[in-house]
Amino acid sequence: MDLYREGDPIADTRAPDGPIETRWERHRFEMKLVNPANRRKMTVIVVGTGLAGGSAAATLAEQGYQVRSYCYQDSPRRAHSIAAQGGINAAKNYRNDGDSVHRLFYDTVKGGDFRSRESNVHRLAEVSVNIIDQCVAQGVPFAREYGGLLDTRSFGGAQVQRTFYARGQTGQQLLLGAYQALERQIGLGNVEMNARHEMLELVIVDGRARGIVVRDMVTGEISTEMADAVVLATGGYGNVFYLSTNAKGCNVTASWRAHRKGAYFANPCYTQIHPTCIPVSGDHQSKLTLMSESLRNDGRVWVPKAKGDQRSPREIPEDERDYYLERIYPSFGNLVPRDIASRAAKNVCDSGRGVGPTGLGVYLDFADAINRLGRKAIEAKYGNLFEMYERITGEDPYEVPMRIYPAVHYTMGGLWVDYDLQSSIPGLFVIGEANFSDHGANRLGASALMQGLADGYFVLPNTLANYLASSGPLDKVDASHPEAVAARTDVEDRIKRLLAINGDRTVDSFHRELGQIMWEHCGMERSEAGLRKAIDEIRALREQFWQRVRVPGDGEGLNQSLEKAGRVADFFELAELMCIDALHREESCGGHFRAEHQTPDGEAQRDDDRFAYVAAWEYTGTGEPVLHKEDLTFEYVHPTQRSYK
Amino acid sequence: MNLTLRIWRQHGPEDKGRMVTYPVQDVSPDMSFLEMLDVLNERLILDGEEPVAFDHDCREGICGMCSLMINGEAHGPQRGTTACQLHMRQFSDGDTIDIEPWRARAFPVVKDLVVNRNAFDQIIAAGGYVTAPTGSAPEAHSVPVPKADADAAFESAACIGCGACVAACPNGSGMLFTAAKITQLSLLPQGQPERYTRVIGMVDAHDEAGFGGCTNIGECAAACPKGIPLNTIGRLNRDYLKATAKRAGS
Ligand SMILES: Cc1cc2nc3c(=O)[nH]c(=O)nc-3n(C[C@H](O)[C@H](O)[C@H](O)COP(=O)(O)OP(=O)(O)OC[C@H]3O[C@@H](n4cnc5c(N)ncnc54)[C@H](O)[C@@H]3O)c2cc1C
Ligand code: SF4
Ligand code: FES
Repeated sequence: MDLYREGDPIADTRAPDGPIETRWERHRFEMKLVNPANRRKMTVIVVGTGLAGGSAAATLAEQGYQVRSYCYQDSPRRAHSIAAQGGINAAKNYRNDGDSVHRLFYDTVKGGDFRSRESNVHRLAEVSVNIIDQCVAQGVPFAREYGGLLDTRSFGGAQVQRTFYARGQTGQQLLLGAYQALERQIGLGNVEMNARHEMLELVIVDGRARGIVVRDMVTGEISTEMADAVVLATGGYGNVFYLSTNAKGCNVTASWRAHRKGAYFANPCYTQIHPTCIPVSGDHQSKLTLMSESLRNDGRVWVPKAKGDQRSPREIPEDERDYYLERIYPSFGNLVPRDIASRAAKNVCDSGRGVGPTGLGVYLDFADAINRLGRKAIEAKYGNLFEMYERITGEDPYEVPMRIYPAVHYTMGGLWVDYDLQSSIPGLFVIGEANFSDHGANRLGASALMQGLADGYFVLPNTLANYLASSGPLDKVDASHPEAVAARTDVEDRIKRLLAINGDRTVDSFHRELGQIMWEHCGMERSEAGLRKAIDEIRALREQFWQRVRVPGDGEGLNQSLEKAGRVADFFELAELMCIDALHREESCGGHFRAEHQTPDGEAQRDDDRFAYVAAWEYTGTGEPVLHKEDLTFEYVHPTQRSYK
Repeated sequence: MNLTLRIWRQHGPEDKGRMVTYPVQDVSPDMSFLEMLDVLNERLILDGEEPVAFDHDCREGICGMCSLMINGEAHGPQRGTTACQLHMRQFSDGDTIDIEPWRARAFPVVKDLVVNRNAFDQIIAAGGYVTAPTGSAPEAHSVPVPKADADAAFESAACIGCGACVAACPNGSGMLFTAAKITQLSLLPQGQPERYTRVIGMVDAHDEAGFGGCTNIGECAAACPKGIPLNTIGRLNRDYLKATAKRAGS
């Protein structure tokens, strides 16, 4: 294709071989350790304080490293992990329902549509059990049964009940556990916390990541911080679509700046569109709100059988309703994986059977569950979600079915990392949603929390030690190093440039327009023509942005417009790469659905002969990225067409 | 609908600050309160003025970042609702709405409606945790927790650290926030070993950070978007008394 070049394949992922059950154990034994006296002398920068960054920073500090931690919110406790509702998976098999590490591994590889690395996924399933132990010990108030033991529920893409939860606020409770461990280390003086600090550049010295450039969002001061290694835990990039379930501040800047400095970006086109979100209500819409997938345990999804049926839902008799998920996918029913549920909703709406004022909505109906279990039981399970729905829409979901529609939710793509979670830049580690590992082309519900905590508590602390021990004492470098000075100058120049344009359009207006392009052409369904059009439109709009954006105020002090402008500028570059990636992947898999590649009954058609690889993109600065392929081999879970029928 | 907003503008910590009036037109009842402020800010930017700075992030009532005094009420008129979850259908055409930052000695204003709530983190750092270094945890099912205790612990753990309780309190006390964490951890078996050192550490940090004392007025619980009840503070007080008695006895 004309838009990119192909480079060398990725030769080494550091994934061990041998029986999959023993790989992590053996690797752990083979890795080098740093002796406790030396840890004190080593500094690690951790950017991000979500489940991944918070757990990593706390654990590294417990082990004796000097940790510097950063987040853009006013407190580490507010990272967007806080908003996760539904739950966290773990292969505890407390229900004796046939679960096991192997089954969680199997479900995750299959759920990811055979586009993830088996070794990584197996490790994730193994440590999942330790996560629950760790969180319980921290005082995380998980839901419990009357006997005092932990309760679990089921989630999409699995036939066992392995999801642990804390009412509808699982992410909040897990994050507060990690945050409290982090605050303890802050109190002990082992972590220097820098809230309201945004990372704007990575510093590389002698080929290794050695520092970052940050802006103090309160004073506007730009500073350079140096360390022995840098960890990015900066979350996902769903906000490239403008409307998503992410927090307003979620951004790709940290990852993108690292990408521009040499870190490969993997599978950027894999985005997850969540099937159960509250539909858009008007042009003012600033974000979309998720209704947890756990609702699909008890809610039934339907639309009227007839096109354009304007009756209120309660007036539509049973036999004139189409419970389309139960009809098409009898064995998984309402609990099919997200990508499938989302596309099915899009299809029924495209066929004119959508509901609500915009016709972009389907019903999620609890009437049967309320009849069967009683309103009290439903209230206990989902009370807070129902209240949230009512606050936003003004409708009472105990009385009328919820209206839901898919929305951008999660990004499986991210910076490429090897088995050790190290990026293609030595000394730069990437954890949590910011990396691409583990979920392939589609993430199963309740697996992101698991991955974030697995990376932060149990994987990174081992692999980072191995890096530090293997690389020997690194030269002392400080902010006066020429590379550090150059990085800082770049940041300052960029800020000056944004402030100087003084045009006639706001940052938000550009962001909205970019989001529309992406949703239209790189959203639930993609096609060659659409993606080519999107690339042209993105380029044209990006040019406009750099000529016409107006960023009021100056760089000194708190300037929220300036913060947004920097983030949107990076989204513009990422958006183009996402479209190139989507265009080059001439197959459908998981969250990536190409209109040209579907089975006769409309399911995703993978092409394992041509595309069983991770697409890791290298930045070149010429607008023509270089593709490095990491071939995927499946020794344990053999690729089949995913079927949830 | 059309509204008149009166918003606190303050360039920075040194500035004295003032209320400034802004009319806004064509507000849809389906907008959230923050979306209404977005619309105002878009207009201010195009008019060459500085937009109003306010804190927000998740916009779904869970991160605790949004922090607005709306007509003198922390988070506005709707019970159990953060400012970001408040929708304009709660207001009527022609209303005048006052918007101010949290005001408390422990929460200095940074700019406009943005304040510094670092003091809350300091309280947690002084004991709001269970010491359980990674890797040291026993099997999760080795200690059953009665469902009632787990549920009650959860109710307190639902605190989002927004600071509405402090803003609503005439004394600027942070006791409800502090008590919520104390209660969560003292209801769970995992929290027992540090129970009494925790309460002393956290209460001392609370006082040092410049929060006022609690005189049982109850404005905090009325303003709390997560329904943390006032009797949570009673539990803190009991633990605190026991802890000081223990300390005196040892
Ligand atoms: C509404 C919602 C519900 C969800 N529900 C579930 C669920 O039930 N189960 C599940 O498994 N997953 C769920 N997910 C997904 C899951 O919550 C996330 O994938 C996960 O929490 C991400 O954690 P993280 O630590 O990688 O990133 P985050 O929690 O997003 O943290 C990112 C951190 O990076 C910091 N940061 C970002 N950029 C910068 C920068 N440039 N400079 C400095 N700091 C920066 C931020 O301040 C923050 O501290 C949900 C997601 C959403 C949006
Ligand atoms: S106790 Fe309530 S008002 Fe106070 S910080 Fe917690 S959630 Fe906010
Ligand atoms: S913005 Fe997160 S609670 Fe309001």
